[in-house]
Amino acid sequence: MNTTGEVQAGEAILKLEDIYMAFGKVQALNGVDLEVKKGEIHSIIGPNGAGKTVMMNCINGLYHPQKGTIYFKGQKINGLSPHKRAELGISRTFQKLELYGGMTVLDNIRMGSHIHLKSGILSGSVFMGKTKREEIEERKFIEEEIIDLLEIEGIRDQVAHMLPYGLQKRVELGRALALRPEVILLDEPMAGLNLEEVEDMARFILDINEEERWKVTCVLVEHDMGVVMDISHRVLVLDFGNMVDDGPPEEVGKNPKVIKAYLGEEDLYITRR
Amino acid sequence: MTLTTGIMVGGIYALVALGWVLIYKCSGVLNLAMGELTLIGAYVTISFYSWGVPFVLSILCTLLVGIILGILVERIFLDKLIGEPILAVIMVTVGISYFFKGIIEFIWGTDIRVFTPPVFSLKPFSIGFLKISTVYFWSFVLAIVLFLVFVAFFKYTRWGLSMQATADDETAALSLGVSARFVYAASWAIAFMSAGVGGALLGNINGVTVSVGYLGLLVLPAVVLGGLNSVPGAIVGGLLIGVLQNFAGTYLDAYFPGGVKDVFPFAFMTVFLLFMPYGIWGWVKIERM
Ligand SMILES: Nc1ncnc2c1ncn2[C@@H]1O[C@H](COP(=O)(O)OP(=O)(O)OP(=O)(O)O)[C@@H](O)[C@H]1O
Ligand SMILES: [Mg+2]
Repeated sequence: MNTTGEVQAGEAILKLEDIYMAFGKVQALNGVDLEVKKGEIHSIIGPNGAGKTVMMNCINGLYHPQKGTIYFKGQKINGLSPHKRAELGISRTFQKLELYGGMTVLDNIRMGSHIHLKSGILSGSVFMGKTKREEIEERKFIEEEIIDLLEIEGIRDQVAHMLPYGLQKRVELGRALALRPEVILLDEPMAGLNLEEVEDMARFILDINEEERWKVTCVLVEHDMGVVMDISHRVLVLDFGNMVDDGPPEEVGKNPKVIKAYLGEEDLYITRR
Repeated sequence: MTLTTGIMVGGIYALVALGWVLIYKCSGVLNLAMGELTLIGAYVTISFYSWGVPFVLSILCTLLVGIILGILVERIFLDKLIGEPILAVIMVTVGISYFFKGIIEFIWGTDIRVFTPPVFSLKPFSIGFLKISTVYFWSFVLAIVLFLVFVAFFKYTRWGLSMQATADDETAALSLGVSARFVYAASWAIAFMSAGVGGALLGNINGVTVSVGYLGLLVLPAVVLGGLNSVPGAIVGGLLIGVLQNFAGTYLDAYFPGGVKDVFPFAFMTVFLLFMPYGIWGWVKIERM
């Protein structure tokens, strides 16, 4: 399955070296490095337009940086297409919701796990044997664990685009999780949520990061400083494509350059929780 | 009789419409080579048939040729265009249609060909008080069976679901392990198959000439009427066009001799779209924006 061997907790699972990405005259990423250690929550913060989403897109292969190298579990993945990277174990959510709007919640989540199916046929009692067992196991996995974890039992059969925004965000997380990723990229999972929903989401992220069952490494882009400072192991600060700082939240929060570049005024730094 | 014939032919249109809808759904492209695909299907089937292959087997061979051609076309002409403006891709499909036209004339010429010996008799048979001609009936049945097979493929296979996902949200599908190249190739393969078999069935009814290609294009109003992105819309649109066409042929031909049968569906589409610009089912799109 993976030729490069397992990465141990605390070792780098994802590594970006000297990434440059420009769109015309806009230098979105200007020599950025990132080393995400297995088992951690590594946040990326920075003002609007700092290049956070571009960075996520580079990691998951929607964008290809003009310069720099990306390693996943020691393997260079620059040339791989997004679906290959998903198969390797990189999953994500999106800043602007990208649910399969016409499908139900359950189908959205199932689509996330479909790459694990070896046979092509998803259901129908005519297909016995291996297919069937695989299918049952799959369903059990999806329904019991993800739906339980995210507390979306009540909406499983509803069509995704009809749901309130906060729930859609949650379903997107569920779909990303159904891929059974080793690394999950979360692009502003709290944006647009109310206080209670933010707390729920923070709890879900901690669950998937810490619980023995999941143990997913997270790369988190988020504007909510309270959450970021609370749950991150490390924080990378970007400003117009430049790296301002990278370190544990306590240190980053004290760096005057960070406060100037991003936090701007001290009161932005007041947590909401 | 006019109504039933209309519905029977409409079933075949629905099949061809499915090919149209699929490509539109998966890649946003209006495939203007669809008429030629229909015609190629008709010629391929009739060739196999004239070599002594039984009709149903000829259809299966046509499906196979459809898969191969679909994948080839996607790989050769369209793969490089992923990410280009949609209009450019649509123009390329126009190019492809001329290319195919040339190939068809080169291989099969322009003479009319008929299935000899006839596959089904033209003799009508009765179900209750309904009189249906045998050839229409069996063509309809074949078309519907194939249509259902495609729909089942969509619903119950991982590949079909990947296509649906891509149609729904391409960025998400890519990021969650769906290969875009696979989906495009698959949608073209299915479009070739549905159009090809549709053409074979139409050719079996009226003989194979260029006009089968026009019939393939006639499906455009059906697709637009149903809503370009809707599979149920393809069925309803297909049936509606079939019925309209036959009624026009029966009742209007006396007043406007000539091609009123083929023009009427387009005229109807134009008027209809004035009032429902998104088609019957296409409005889902507006609601979502
Ligand atoms: N596809 C693109 N084409 C052109 N420019 C782009 C593209 N994607 C991003 N950019 C530009 O790159 C810069 C960084 O954008 P990015 O989306 O990464 O910001 P961000 O840090 O995610 O901001 P926000 O907090 O608003 O989401 C911006 O100036 C943006 O306009
Ligand atoms: Mg962003």
